[in-house]
Amino acid sequence: MKAFLTLTWTETKLFLREPMATFFTVAFPLLLLFAFGAIFGNGPGSAPGEVGYTTYALPGYVALTIGSLGLLGLPTALAVYRDQGILRRFRVTPLRPAAVLGAQAVVHLAMLIASTLLLTGAALWVFRVPLPERLLLTLGALLLAGLSFLAVGFLLGAVLPTVRAAQAVGNALFFPMLFLSGAAIPQFLFPEWLKTTSLALPLTHAARLLQAAWLQGQWNGSSSLVLVGMGVACAGVGAYVFRWT
Amino acid sequence: MDTALSIQSLRKTYGATVAVDDLSLKVEPGEIFGLIGPNGAGKTTTVECLLGLRRPDAGSVQVLGMTPQDNPPDLAHRVGAQLQEAALPSRITVAEALDLFGSFYSETRAPDALLDRWGLADERTTPFEALSGGQQQRLFVILAFLHNPDLVVLDEISTGLDPEARRDTRDLIRELRAEGTTVVLVTHFMDEAQALCDRVALLHEGRCVALDAPAALIDRLDAPYRVRFAAPPAFDPAPLRDADGVTQVARRDGEVRVRGREDLLTSVVRHLAAQNAIPDDLHAERATLEDVFLTIANDLSSTQVQTEALHPEKEPS
Repeated sequence: MKAFLTLTWTETKLFLREPMATFFTVAFPLLLLFAFGAIFGNGPGSAPGEVGYTTYALPGYVALTIGSLGLLGLPTALAVYRDQGILRRFRVTPLRPAAVLGAQAVVHLAMLIASTLLLTGAALWVFRVPLPERLLLTLGALLLAGLSFLAVGFLLGAVLPTVRAAQAVGNALFFPMLFLSGAAIPQFLFPEWLKTTSLALPLTHAARLLQAAWLQGQWNGSSSLVLVGMGVACAGVGAYVFRWT
Repeated sequence: MDTALSIQSLRKTYGATVAVDDLSLKVEPGEIFGLIGPNGAGKTTTVECLLGLRRPDAGSVQVLGMTPQDNPPDLAHRVGAQLQEAALPSRITVAEALDLFGSFYSETRAPDALLDRWGLADERTTPFEALSGGQQQRLFVILAFLHNPDLVVLDEISTGLDPEARRDTRDLIRELRAEGTTVVLVTHFMDEAQALCDRVALLHEGRCVALDAPAALIDRLDAPYRVRFAAPPAFDPAPLRDADGVTQVARRDGEVRVRGREDLLTSVVRHLAAQNAIPDDLHAERATLEDVFLTIANDLSSTQVQTEALHPEKEPS
């Protein structure tokens, strides 16, 4: 247990020392919040359901953080650890493989929660965005979407052989989803055909699950099923193909 | 106490390449055992099998009475390793690395004393990536025996170390042995193996071609002794060939080099005295492990040529 806690704490510090990881997890969602908030404001009725634009868009920015952690952060972290021989060094210590992966999962989940709190705090303070009425339901949506994307990240980190490959594939998956899933740009601005097409993107389901819980206090059953299915499948396949060297 | 390390008929292949073939050896507790040989001889693969990083295709490996491939939890507590192609996270500091690795084990040596002794005391807050190659290697050395292991595996430990750190490493290895630790030393530096190891296994293309104490291997050479001297004016070295114990005489750069068996020095000096030829300069040396290695490698490559000539259809293994 001491080993796991020390490892998790060390990994937390290491995460915060990576400028790219910190930027996409903390700074980028805040940047979107302030930039689009300045453009569209948060006046009542500037988004569907008589809510303000920023209030409506906020769960999307959280989904964006989820996407960046799962598609960029975790796969790159695992690929770096394998490529550089860090996993190899850990293998000859009493540290269990599950602890190495568990610490990464805890750190990425903790970063998601910290980033969400920071983002929500900023939105509350600057744009008077109301807090979700059903907090626990929203937290449940956050954890489900977060874990599901961490499972995707684990699978990517398991199958992609090098850091370069992990970054290339991660970027290729992340950037289209960033714009088309409703994470950066709310889907009420999309034409109908694009809304329908975007259901093929997993991040759309993360955004919709969060929006439903956050804005309407409702559980989006179909999106949560997609996320559970994706998470279980990726974790299973990832555990099967994962290699330490 | 059990045998520290026992390898029985170990075989490991990567596709068509045979990395280790039918390797058997035993290392007794408290021994400094050298795995020596050129690059590609199978040293690192052997180490990886005994650390549980690779699964042998055939044969068995027992470390401190345990099978590393089963990942017994106790084994990692009792074995320390410094590996090739291993690293730490680039932004972890020296102090954090020691804290982290210290947390893996129930008992460790005092980290501050280790940092002082290994000249890293001023680098506590330096990230791993900012350390010089030698400093990184010294940090790996510390991490290898931080937890007082019973068996330490050091794979090419001198690589990247400056002469002073190499000397420190040798002292450390001797200290470890004095404390009863078994050391498996993988090296291609023959002088290092000869100076440190109680016994060495010489690997060549995945096979063990010699296994004994360095001195015993040297004794087994046809000509374990050497004498070289500056050739006196008008000296004819040819008659030296008939002197007692002389097997080879060569003249190069104004120096006469004689190889031979025991009492070579007496016999050469007698010969010179009889000729009234007094050299300005004379050195008597014993052959080294390097000579053993070169002799064996030379013999093997000539045998291999013959074998291939006899069996041209056979794949070289």
